[in-house]
Amino acid sequence: MANLLELRNVSKTYARGPITPKTTMALQDISLTLREDEPTIMTVAGESGSGKTTLAMLLLGFTPPSTGQIIYRGQDITTLRGDDRLAFRREVQAVFQDPFAVFNPFYTVDHLLTVPIKQFKLAKGAKDARDKMDEALTAVGLRPEDVLGRFPHQLSGGQRQRINVARALLLKPRLLIADEPVSMVDASLRASILETLRDLQRKHGVSIIYITHDLTTAYHIAKSIIVLYRGGVMEAGDVDRVIKSPQHPYTRLLVDSIPWPNLDRRWGTDPIKAREAGQGVPGGCPFLSRCPEAMEMCKVQPPLFQLQATQAAACYLHKAAASVGPERLSDLLPV
Amino acid sequence: MADFKAPVLRVEHLEVTYYTDSGRAKALDDVSFTLNAGEKLGMVGESGSGKSTMALAMIRMIKAPGRIEGGRVIVGDTDLMALKEEDMRKARLSKIAYIPQGAMNSLNPVTRIGAQLVDAIKSHRDSDTRSQIEERCIHALKSVDLDPGVFRMYAHELSGGMKQRVCIAIGILLQPQVIIADEPTSALDVVTQRQVMETIDRVKDQINAAVILIGHDMGLMAQFVDRVAVMYSGRLVEVSTVREMFTDPKHPYAKALISSLPNLDNKGVFQGIPGLAPSLLRLPSGCAFHPRCGQAMDICKTTRPETRMLDNGRLLTCHLFNGVA
Repeated sequence: MANLLELRNVSKTYARGPITPKTTMALQDISLTLREDEPTIMTVAGESGSGKTTLAMLLLGFTPPSTGQIIYRGQDITTLRGDDRLAFRREVQAVFQDPFAVFNPFYTVDHLLTVPIKQFKLAKGAKDARDKMDEALTAVGLRPEDVLGRFPHQLSGGQRQRINVARALLLKPRLLIADEPVSMVDASLRASILETLRDLQRKHGVSIIYITHDLTTAYHIAKSIIVLYRGGVMEAGDVDRVIKSPQHPYTRLLVDSIPWPNLDRRWGTDPIKAREAGQGVPGGCPFLSRCPEAMEMCKVQPPLFQLQATQAAACYLHKAAASVGPERLSDLLPV
Repeated sequence: MADFKAPVLRVEHLEVTYYTDSGRAKALDDVSFTLNAGEKLGMVGESGSGKSTMALAMIRMIKAPGRIEGGRVIVGDTDLMALKEEDMRKARLSKIAYIPQGAMNSLNPVTRIGAQLVDAIKSHRDSDTRSQIEERCIHALKSVDLDPGVFRMYAHELSGGMKQRVCIAIGILLQPQVIIADEPTSALDVVTQRQVMETIDRVKDQINAAVILIGHDMGLMAQFVDRVAVMYSGRLVEVSTVREMFTDPKHPYAKALISSLPNLDNKGVFQGIPGLAPSLLRLPSGCAFHPRCGQAMDICKTTRPETRMLDNGRLLTCHLFNGVA
């Protein structure tokens, strides 16, 4: 069966300083496969600086990986040229965090929809273009007559974000990279945007990589989850399992810090260490300096230990379990 | 130390109107509530419901075309609305501190953190000696869990959470009686968010201040505040204790807010609130929520509901509860 997208041992380092470059490992040895015939929603979670957005930039082909390959439908995306590249640009779409920044305030919102139609020659004439726009807007729950012809400042954040989703939908993508799509919209509108995304997957067969630090929404929308910390995979697996019974100390910290709207489920009372606490040991577990369970052996980076068919954690607390190589990450993720 | 019984903050009939080219927008309509020392009040509502306007009105920072039309804000025994401009300037930060939304991005990038703290003190207390001022700054930094070394650092050397804690440190420098924090954690991830909220909680206890937390994250409210005030189109529609709000919300809008919350039991159920918040320029007649309300009655379309206090101190602005004592 064909793979839609394949990451082969992808790492990304950023270097800084011209003479003695300081390097930062933004993403470390990630291998991942998305299948073409089984659209899924996968969450990539982690706090700021964990490499989530780097992953999005790599997948969109905005920045090349330092080592490893990203294969889209059999072709390395850094070597795509001409029509293939255009097809890739159309089939892999993004929805970004800030629904305010992506609009040009001088144009009506129509601009955001007409440009891709022209660019990718999606329509045969003005009438067809208008029909396509209407169709996409209706699909995300907007009334075309409410939004078309308006300027961005005349619309609410939720409407704008849904127009972004509509734009992505217009192009009939196969893969949607959603980088924190709901973190800047009102809580009451989040639900409707998430529902729109889920419909995209169910009705239109679009795979979605949902990048977030918000585990609550991740839990509700996704099938599988990868928890990143400083570029490394800490825990991965079925989203129900990972969030209801986190096995890595870092995932536990994340889950414990969710402000649940539930009076009987308070934040943990354990003091938490800030991200600034220590830079960690080179070659050791990235979470070592903040980990309440740190041991001597953590100075060597732990591999992923498989705990269940669909859950693995990179932590020596589970060293009794069988380890899995990073290239088998996808096998842990249900679709 | 303030008397625990007497409210440290009383807001009475506060009204703000923006005079725009396309008409008058009443952004704050007859808002009244009280707050005791050491108490935490959460202020929730959709964007544009008037949360930030209320905060700005309380410190008299409403800019034209907005105008405070009436009402009183009493901190301790001072009516802020009656103060002269210079006295009001002195009162900001020393009586009432405001930590604006995105404050961490408003730190000056080209001066050291210390200089910005010293500035804040100097503009309020010109009699302090240099060493007294520095001591005060270091104390404030320590109380928000920052290393005193931060005093000599620049904003770009700090992470988002650290910057936000610097802003809290500035807010508490002069030990105000009321702290207003406007979405202090909206740009931070969950772990940092928890840390910043715990910091606010601790410094609040140290100086026994009242805290108003503005935001739209009900989960955060459940974890942090004692009472929740729900705002809709410039009015307080319900003020209840956090437990009442989460177990037995009364106002239909508050009910909708609570039931739209995600939790672990209802995976995949997304329940939004139908409709959009009305524009303040064209408010619906009667109760502003009636077009979206599932329990709207005829009277809701014609008559504006008054705010009434229930026996247990809950405030409600809804015709459904007119008969209820």
